[in-house]
Formats: sequence, structure tokens, C-alpha cells
Amino acid sequence: MSLIELKDIVKHYVMGQETVRALDGISLTISANEYVAFTGSSGSGKSTMMNILGALDKPSSGSYLLNNRDVSQLNQDELADIRNREVGFIFQSFNLLPRLSALGNVMQPLIYRGIALKAREQAASAVLKRVGLADRMHHLPNQLSGGQRQRVAIARALVTNPSILLADEPTGNLDSTTTTDIMKLFDELHSEGNTIVMVTHEPEIARHCHRVVRMQDGKLADDYFNEKAH
Amino acid sequence: MFTFIECLRSALISIKAHGFRSILTTLGIIIGVASVIATVSIVQGLSYSIGQQFEGLGANSLSVYSYTSFEDQMKGRFGRITADDLQLITDRTEGIESITPMLASRFTSAVRFGAKSTTGRVIGTTNSYQQVNQLFIQKGRFLSESDNQTRRRVCVIGTQVRDNLLLPENPIGEFIEINSEWVKIIGLAEPKGEMLGFKQDDIVLLPYSTMQSLNGNQTQVDIQIQLTVTNLDEMGTVTEKIRKLLRQSHRIKNGNDDFKIQSSEQLKESFSKITSAVTLVMGGIVSISLLVGGIGIMNIMLVSVTERTREIGICKAIGAKRHYILLQFLMESLVLCLLGGLIGLMIGYVLGMGLAAMIPNFPPAHVPWWAVAISVGFSALIGIVFGIVPAAKAANLDPIESLRYE
Repeated sequence: MSLIELKDIVKHYVMGQETVRALDGISLTISANEYVAFTGSSGSGKSTMMNILGALDKPSSGSYLLNNRDVSQLNQDELADIRNREVGFIFQSFNLLPRLSALGNVMQPLIYRGIALKAREQAASAVLKRVGLADRMHHLPNQLSGGQRQRVAIARALVTNPSILLADEPTGNLDSTTTTDIMKLFDELHSEGNTIVMVTHEPEIARHCHRVVRMQDGKLADDYFNEKAH
Repeated sequence: MFTFIECLRSALISIKAHGFRSILTTLGIIIGVASVIATVSIVQGLSYSIGQQFEGLGANSLSVYSYTSFEDQMKGRFGRITADDLQLITDRTEGIESITPMLASRFTSAVRFGAKSTTGRVIGTTNSYQQVNQLFIQKGRFLSESDNQTRRRVCVIGTQVRDNLLLPENPIGEFIEINSEWVKIIGLAEPKGEMLGFKQDDIVLLPYSTMQSLNGNQTQVDIQIQLTVTNLDEMGTVTEKIRKLLRQSHRIKNGNDDFKIQSSEQLKESFSKITSAVTLVMGGIVSISLLVGGIGIMNIMLVSVTERTREIGICKAIGAKRHYILLQFLMESLVLCLLGGLIGLMIGYVLGMGLAAMIPNFPPAHVPWWAVAISVGFSALIGIVFGIVPAAKAANLDPIESLRYE
């Protein structure tokens, strides 16, 4: 059963007088527990792809089925609900809320789901322990290192038990040692059964993934399985 | 309810995080509410104390005094209430509990004791003055019927007179000099305080007949009559009856009355009308500052939304719905305004009390519950009204755009 089904996805932006086709008829399926990397040069449409997969944006035309639900027809609040329940975002620049502690940040998505404080704390601290931050729970983001911040962000994405983890250049702001650690964490999460979709332009990172989708000018240029993956 | 509590929680976190800015932001509201409360409390204190003093006057009392219009003064006609009028009213009006004449002094010399002198109100009256004015005696006794009949040179004084003349604590038996006559003090009245700046304890009461002789043998006396009615419901009919009698005896057919009959209730009403008008006008002026404060809140909230665009984007990306963001920012401005309102309330209260205490002879400030309710309610309203624009702006931000915002 396929988790994600994209059919003829087109996304165009109107910029001044001309129309830019960021995505130009993309059809693609991703099954549960896949480990996919989207690669391509900048402007190839991989960021737009992320936004649509993450229900942040709606395609101009085409259909997007996530867990057999047509996401392309939903309104803003329904999209917010999809993002909350089905998607876990991990960003290049971490995007943690600066005034909340690590624990607070991880608890935040559960607020939107209406979960009580006690239960939120339990769930969040369990996930923080999973990513190895048991002793950093009450630190503010600016008291944490880059790698630790990204771990908090991963914990925040995991806490809602989403269908897919969407990571946009998750190691772009990290040094090489931390990158290795974070990628190891991703590999573990995948082996625990999570579906991971990653956007990266680094071949090193793409090599971790089982499937690599290369994009060019808003189209799929290449889609292959990585034999050598770990 | 869940969302409400969570929004309140995050609003409090955000206000605490920007502590200093929050205080500056709500300063407008603080000052606004404080000045409203201070103003209202002072004016209300004034009117409250006036009300209290009218209570003491007795709601069932009427006073009759002569009144000459300016026109009649020009023609040389002066209205007068005489002892005959008193007799007439006493004999021919039913429903009067007690009635007393009040004869003012016609001389200008001061009241003396030893080297000290004072200019109190010297009034000639009868025994029933005590009932009409609800005057109580602290020491000695009040003027009696026989004092009046035998024209005794005795008097009852207020505490203020005793203090001004440096009389002993118990002045009974001392003699004071009134218009070159020695008068013995037989009673000391209980202090009544002040009313509208009139020192009510600055009085010397003499028997009516004694006063007449001190005034000299004048043919044209003008007295004031004070009376109380037995039944409050009969106030109107008694007033009407007295008016008819006086018009008859003064031979007025078509012209205006040359006297006035006033109840303490009327006086009280006219004063409370004045004070409520003053309250409204002053409250209105200072509430403009509340409006200015509200605009300040909106301004800072708009800045805050722009500043936190990225945060809003993050919240939306992890699943915050529009109404949640809206409520969160609305709650923030509401909490700011309510906080300002409460702080302002306290400052205004202290300010009102302080000012009232600093002005000599001013009645203590009185904060009515409606002023508290209105100012707190008003600041909450300002929080919502001026918070709605920034909150809507925040709620309608595009998540992708705001995530890209630096």
C-alpha cells in the first residue's frame, strides 16, 4: 500500500508578468517505511515539492493522496490538521521556538491536538530521551549546540507519531561530526519503521537513503534505488 | 476551553519574556485607568460626603425663607418672613412635627472671650431647633422654652466656637461677649462637621427673644423658618399649604412668590446632579487617555506580530490552526490591558486617597464599584478591540512565507 500518491502535480507561481512552473507534472508514489532523498540543484523544485508533501502548500493542479486522503482539496485549517497529525517537519535552521525549553518545544504540537499538560509532558520527555537529550530537557534553544537543537527538532517531529518525517536539508547547518551523528539517528528511525523523506543537495547524505529522486526544472530527472545504502 | 487555557499560558510566557516592553506598552492603559479612578474617586468622595450630610439634615425637613427677585429689589420691595408668618404656619398647617424660627444677627461685631474673638454664625431660635436640625448636646443642655420667654442671656455653642475662643474643654458656665452683652454658655453641641465648606460647628445659638433684643428693636425682621413634617408623604401637601398661606398673608395675587420653600431632598438632588455631571465630564476627558493607551497597545502588538513572523510560521507548520493563533495574540493584548487596568486601578486608588488627604478639609475619596467595573471592563474591551487587528494579521500569515522570514 502506498503512503503517498502524487498524480500530475503542477505548481506554478505568478511572478510579475511571467508564470514560473516550479513543479511540472510530477507523478510519484512513496510506500510506508521508505527512506527517500530528493536531490537536485537549486531551483529544481525540490523545496516546492517539500512544501506540497508537507501540506504547507496546495498544488495548482493534480492530486495528492496521503494515506488515501486527498490533501489537494483541503482548506487551511484542515491542512493544519494534516501537518499536525501526519507530517513531522525537520528544517535546516531547526526552527525551534526561542522562548520555550526543549521540552516545551517538543510539547507544542501536542497542544494543537488538545492533549492535556501531564500527558504532553510524558510523551515529550519520552521522545527527548529517545533522541538522547534526557539531560537537556529544560534548556532553552540558545543554550544548546547545533546538533542538540536538531535533535530537539527531530523529537518535535516524532512526538506526534506522524506518517512521514519530512527533513529539509537537516544537516545543512551542522559540522561533519554532528552530521554523522544526526544521519545515524535518521538511519535508526528508519529501521524503527518510520517513513523518511529528505531534501538534500549533498551526495553524502543522499547515499544514506534507499531511494534517490533527482529533480530538474520541476520534473523528475531520475528515480533509483540505492544499492549501497548502509 | 482547552485552547483558551493554552492560549492564556502562551500569552503569559510571551508577556513575561518581554517584561520591560510589556510594562511600557501597558503604561498607556495604566495611566488612563489610574486617572479615571483618581478623578472619579475624588468627585464621588465629595458627592458621597454631601449625601451623608444631607442624611443628617433629615429628609423630612423643610425650610422657608424670604426671597426677593432682582426685579423687586430694584423696585425697593423686599420679601420678608415675619414672626406673624411663623404663627400663621404653626396655627393653620397640619402635619408639622416641629417648627422653629431662625433669626440671624443684624450686628457685625464678633463673638469674644477674653482677648480672643471669632465670627461664628449667631442665630436666634427656639427649643424646637434641636428636633428640626437633629442637633445633639454634648455637654450642658439646649435652650428651653423658658429661656425664650424670660429672654435669658444664655447660649449653646458649637465645638468650633469653643476651639476658636480657646474656651476650656467644658465651657459650660463661661461667659462670652456678643454685641457688647455678656451671655452665659449653657450647652455645647456635638460636632456635625462641614457641609459644602460651611463649618456647621461654628455656631452660637441664642433664645429667639434674646436675639431680638440683641438685634435692637427692629420692626422689619426677616426670619427663616425650619420645620419637619410628621409624615414624609405629606411633604407635598404641607409645602403647598404653606405656600398658599404665605401668598395670602403677603397679599400676592398674580406675582411671583417673595419666599422660597425648600426641602433638603431638593437640595440633595440638585447637588448630586452637579456632581454626576462633573464626574461624567471629567471621566470623559480622562478616558481619552485610555483610548490613546489602546492605540499604543495595538501599535506594539503589530510590531510584535512582525517580529514573531517566523515563530508564527513554525507554529503553523507544526499544526496550529488560524483560530489558535488569533486567540493567542488576542489573549496577549487582553492580558496586557487587564494587567494595566488592575495596576492602574491600584495607582488611581492610592492617588485619589492621597490627593483627597492632601487637600485640607476635603472629604475622603470614595471609589464606587461601578467605576472599578467600568474601568476594568473598558480596558478589557480596549485589549480586544485593539488586539483584533494584529491578531488577525498574525492568523492570516502564510506559513511558507513566514518560515522564510528573517
